[in-house]
Parts: sequence; C-alpha cells; structure tokens
Amino acid sequence: MNHSATILDKAAIERTLTRIAHEILERNKGIEDLCLIGIRSRGDVIARRLAQKIEQIEKVSLPVGIIDITLYRDDISSPQGGQPQVRSTKINFDLNGRKIVLVDDVLFTGRSTRAAIDQIMDFGRPRNIQLAVLIDRGHRELPIRPDYVGKNVPTSRDDDVKVSLSETDGEDKVELMSKAR
Amino acid sequence: MRWNRKDLLGIEDLSVEEINHFLDTAFSFREISTRPIKKVPALRGKTIVNLFFEPSTRTRTSFELAGKRLSADILNITTAASSLVKGETLIDTAANLEAMKIDMMIMRHSASGAPHFLASRVKASVINAGDGSHEHPTQALLDMLTIKDKLGKIEGVNVVIVGDILHSRVARSNIWGLTKLGANVSVCAPRTLIPRFIEKLGVKVYCNVYEAVRDADVVYILRIQLERQKSNYFPSIREYARLFGIDREKLRHLKKNAVIMHPGPINRDVELSGDVADGENSVILEQVTNGLAVRMAALYLCSGGDIESEDTY
Repeated sequence: MNHSATILDKAAIERTLTRIAHEILERNKGIEDLCLIGIRSRGDVIARRLAQKIEQIEKVSLPVGIIDITLYRDDISSPQGGQPQVRSTKINFDLNGRKIVLVDDVLFTGRSTRAAIDQIMDFGRPRNIQLAVLIDRGHRELPIRPDYVGKNVPTSRDDDVKVSLSETDGEDKVELMSKAR
Repeated sequence: MRWNRKDLLGIEDLSVEEINHFLDTAFSFREISTRPIKKVPALRGKTIVNLFFEPSTRTRTSFELAGKRLSADILNITTAASSLVKGETLIDTAANLEAMKIDMMIMRHSASGAPHFLASRVKASVINAGDGSHEHPTQALLDMLTIKDKLGKIEGVNVVIVGDILHSRVARSNIWGLTKLGANVSVCAPRTLIPRFIEKLGVKVYCNVYEAVRDADVVYILRIQLERQKSNYFPSIREYARLFGIDREKLRHLKKNAVIMHPGPINRDVELSGDVADGENSVILEQVTNGLAVRMAALYLCSGGDIESEDTY
C-alpha cells in the first residue's frame, strides 16, 4: 500500500516563503539589479509569490520571468515515446548584469536546474544566479546546491514529492508519497 | 496529450487533439526566434535532410532555419544536383541517406503519396513538404496558427479559398484541417479549376467571387500556377485577374476586418493586387513567421523522445 504524508500545509508554505523572501533581501543587501525567474510549472507560481512578498517588504516590484526548460533537457529526442509539451518562455527584461534568483518547487537530481542555467546564459550574461527551492529532496546527480531552501526532506529515490499550489491545483499543500516497501 | 507519430504526412489522418496540440507547441516555439540567441539545443546531434524534388524557396528555407534554430545538422538535396538525374530510384536514394545514419527526411515531390511511400520503407522520420496536388501539412498548420492568432479561434470562422483548387495541395490540407476544427470553409474558382466531388469534403462551392467573400472572415488566395496555364483552364490571365483577382475594388465587398492570406509566392496583380497584398488586411508575412515556428514544432514533435515522467526530472 502506498503511503502519503503532508510535509507542509498552507500556513507552513506561507511562512516558508516569507522567510525565503527575507533571506533573499538579506543576502543581496536590497533589491538592486535583482530579478526572479521561475521554472515552469509551479516554480513560476512560487516566483510570483516571492515577488509579492518582497514588494510588501521593500515597496518596490521586481521583474519576474518564466522559463520553460523542455528544449534544454538532456533526455529529449531518444527514439519514440512522445515529446514533452513545450510551453512559452517569458523574460521581458534584459538579463545582462542582473542578479537572478532562479525559483523551482522541488530540487531533486539538479538536471532541470542545469537546463535552466544553460537557457538563462543564452539570454544574456547575468552577474550571478542564485537558486531558491521550496523543497530539497536530495539525490543530486550534478554539482548543484540551492542558496535558499524552504524545507529539506529526506526521501527515497522512488518516493514522489507532490507540490500543490492554489493557483494551479486549487490548494496549498506539499505531500510526500512513499511506495510500500 | 503526447504526440506519438514518427512522420508528418498529411492533415487528413490527424485528430482534432493532435492538431490542437501541434498548434499549442508551435505557439511556444514562436518566441525562440525573438531571443538574442535564436537557438535551443533540443535537436543537437540530429541530422536532417531536405529532399526537394520540386522548386521551393520559402518552405525549404523555413525548414532549414527551423532545423538550425533547434541545433540540428541539416543538409539540402535538390533534384538537379542529385543522383536521381542519373536514374537512381527514390528508395535507393533514401536507403543511401539512411545508411549514413540520418534521422529525418523532409520531402517535396511532384507525385502525390510519395512521402507516404517513403515513410513506409525507412526508419527515419519523414515530413511531407508538399506531395503533388495531395497535401502540404505544414502550410495548413501555419495557416491555422495564423487564423487562430488573428481571430482568436477557428471554430465558426468563415474561410473562403479562392483560386486553383484543382491542383492545390494547400487547399486540400487546409480544407481537412479547418473543417476538423469547426470552420465553415468554401471554395471559389472558375468551374474548370474546381475538382469534382469537392463538396464531399464539407465545403461550399462558389463561382462568383462577390457571393463567396461576402461573409468571409478569412479570404485565402491561392497562386495561379502559371506553369499549368498551357492547359487552358480559363481563357486568359487578364480575364482571371478581372473576375477572380482580389483587388481594392473587391476588397470593398469584404467585411472591414477580414483577413487576406496567401501561401506565396504571389503573382502580383494576377490573383492578388499589389496594394491588397501590402495592405492592412494582409497577414501574408505573419504566415511566413508562423511557418518557421510550425516547422520547428514539426521537427521537434516527430523526433520522438522517451521521458519516464515529467515529475521525476
């Protein structure tokens, strides 16, 4: 039988994002040249929420971009099976010289972060790229480390971390689904 | 949904879901060409051959650029420079290309069904870039993307296709695609250029332009294939231009915001007058821009891909 446990509820997600917003401001000593880029899907939602929180604190709005990493994945184009859906990338500002906070919901192997970094480099030369994730579940396959972590969750490789957000899924919740062993 | 076809041969056998999925994908690809670096690594290491047995500038260039923007290696073979002039068969040419481990063939051929024949005999993906007077699927897809973009929808839109319906693969692909997505399609041409039983495809037939275009949201003008004029389908080019050519005078009988489309190349002042082609109703160059995105989507989708699950990434 499969087992699921709630790791974060609505209030916990709210508090976590508030803390990350403060950490981003603290680390960057303000918002100068700062921007947020969320990885589709759900990283973009979290990026927008972080931008709102930063705006509440600093009274200035930050540019927010969305990237779809599908075309930069390292596992497309193997024969047959069907290609993953490509969605739009929207970055309506110049990335040159910016401090970018890359936002994703779950950090796992690190491969999507690698894809996102490669894609950002094709858009310009940012001053630096930082990584913010809601959940770090371990099992990295690349030398990638997050700068801001909502919650570290020890998982087995076969587990599934399911992030639900009200904008896309109707409710705020993070669950850990474990397979019976 | 997921795209599960190795080949793109025609619109006739695509489902509504497949067409919509394709259009959504093409829409996403459009943005890539506006980036500072207009290139993504999606098809890195793939080899694509453009196999064109009929002349083409737009379609061939569009496929070539699409391949390059997806980081594929793409090469061009045209009839005059190939072994076909030495008598090699199509299948032998394809088998030799495949022996060099190519992944995709984009083919234009004067024989209807040639790409289907090829696709059944090679492992590589085959994309039909126009076969005889049968189909030109990427043209129809770019036209549908343009209509969706300009009018916000395809369902319920009135589209009139004016011109040489008899010889036009563009007309056939568009009729299949547009009727599947719920558009009301009519065709308009001299009787001699309307194939028998075309009504069976679910279109209305007009021989009078004024009647045909009255309620049109889209007037889709086909090129008069001057190379076929020898066969006397109509008395003279001049007469055709006067009766069927869309010019400023006929434009006044259209709805004010009607959209003028043409697959190119235009015979100016034959089927379409220069001022209308360059006028504000015309979206002809937007069709070309969308064509690039559609061909990127075609190459991407047909190149396959095996993903365990999007969530494990």
